[in-house]
Amino acid sequence: MYGLFLRHYFLIKGSLPRLLDLIYWPTIQIILWGFISKFFSIYSDYYNNTLGIILTCAILYDILFRSSISFNMLFLEEIWSRNFTNLFIAPLKIREIIISLIFTALVRTLIGLIPAIILTSPLFGISILKLGFPLLMLFLSLYIFGITLGLFVSAGLIRFGPSFENIAWSSLFLLAPLGCIYYPIEILPEFFQIIAKGLPLVYVFDEARNILINDYINYQNLNTAFLLNLFYLIIGICLFYFSFLRARIKGTLINMGE
Amino acid sequence: MQTPLQVIELSKNYNGKAAVKNISFNLNQNEIIGILGPNGCGKTTTIGMILGLLKPSTGKILINEKEMENQRVDLLNDLNFISPYIELPKKLTVRQNLEVYGRLYDVKNLKTKINYIIEKLRLNEIIDKITGELSSGQKNRVSLAKSIINDPMVLLLDEPTASLDPETGDFVRSFLENYQKENKTSILLASHNMAEVERLCSSVFMMNEGSIIDQGRPSELINKHGRKNMEEVFLKLARQKV
Repeated sequence: MYGLFLRHYFLIKGSLPRLLDLIYWPTIQIILWGFISKFFSIYSDYYNNTLGIILTCAILYDILFRSSISFNMLFLEEIWSRNFTNLFIAPLKIREIIISLIFTALVRTLIGLIPAIILTSPLFGISILKLGFPLLMLFLSLYIFGITLGLFVSAGLIRFGPSFENIAWSSLFLLAPLGCIYYPIEILPEFFQIIAKGLPLVYVFDEARNILINDYINYQNLNTAFLLNLFYLIIGICLFYFSFLRARIKGTLINMGE
Repeated sequence: MQTPLQVIELSKNYNGKAAVKNISFNLNQNEIIGILGPNGCGKTTTIGMILGLLKPSTGKILINEKEMENQRVDLLNDLNFISPYIELPKKLTVRQNLEVYGRLYDVKNLKTKINYIIEKLRLNEIIDKITGELSSGQKNRVSLAKSIINDPMVLLLDEPTASLDPETGDFVRSFLENYQKENKTSILLASHNMAEVERLCSSVFMMNEGSIIDQGRPSELINKHGRKNMEEVFLKLARQKV
């Protein structure tokens, strides 16, 4: 596991562009949304005096985005460098691969997010840390869902090969409207509300807004999010194992990256 | 004495089509055997099954008498593999790659091991260079270094000298000969270079359309088929209908 972490640590350490890439997108996103939220604070009654809501939700969404993309990137790096086969003929258990990817994705996520979080305070006078202890629970919830999405996509990559790569990039954008990041679930049409209620994102972002507006924690939302996360994570892990088994039958692993 | 690799009545079907048909062979300790055949004859599929990348449709693979399907991860500690179609992470230096794979194979005294490999494979000048920036001959030596990082009991080589200049090719062949003698490693060599096969292999088996169609010592096969060398034996067998 340490060896696999080391493989990606060396990659990031030895490449300034990679490091900057990790920092660049969250920073740009936060700045962009900072201006949007400032606009709303001036022109919208709903967001009046609550400038931080949209910006905080943007940062929270980026936790999900970064963790999922980081997980996928770790896998895609192996395919692009044609190292995939070497990895799967090394004496690594599937659970060891999953654990090291989860841990490395966390490190990549934090490298990207911390500078963005630090920047929001001097630029917009807002600190996500004001969420207090619940921030840790919101972070965990989003991180778990992010790596769960990563597991789904990686399972697809193992099973179907590099052709599944585009799904890796688009998966999060598909979920964003249903996640109700910047608006309450009631905004969605009824049919989409049914789907959205099956996603932990709705409860996480609803709770984030609730804490910021009402200064009150509804543990019911957090518990529901955690239970849904647990459910999807178990499915993700099972799917990863199943894809590996199917890839061994179909022969996908042997030609990966060629 | 245990047999490092036993392949027993092994078959692999893809969507009802047989890629490997009921093949059996043994690889003994301190032996190099060649697996020959035209492209698509089932060599890579056979190697894939030995490495646990593919699940056999029927039959079994034993590594040191233990069945691969039951103890895949543990037995992978005893194997290693190189192929020109597989590369190491390009952005890492040679040393970083060896360190990563040393960790993955849980190699004891890794620094000493890496220093030994650097010396044996003449990697001194490139050890801190970026792997992706090396020439194909240098990359080949680095892949070879990775393949022996765990002192494998069974080493699988797929075209180990493909696209190398004659000098580098000769260096690799000499290295393999010496390494095999020193470590009593069992080597399964898939190659289209028949001179290489004659030089390195104590015996070979020839595959075509998923089946083993002939096997024996290179000299025996040359005599049996009334040809001058293994190149001509290969051509004769590859062109005959199974």
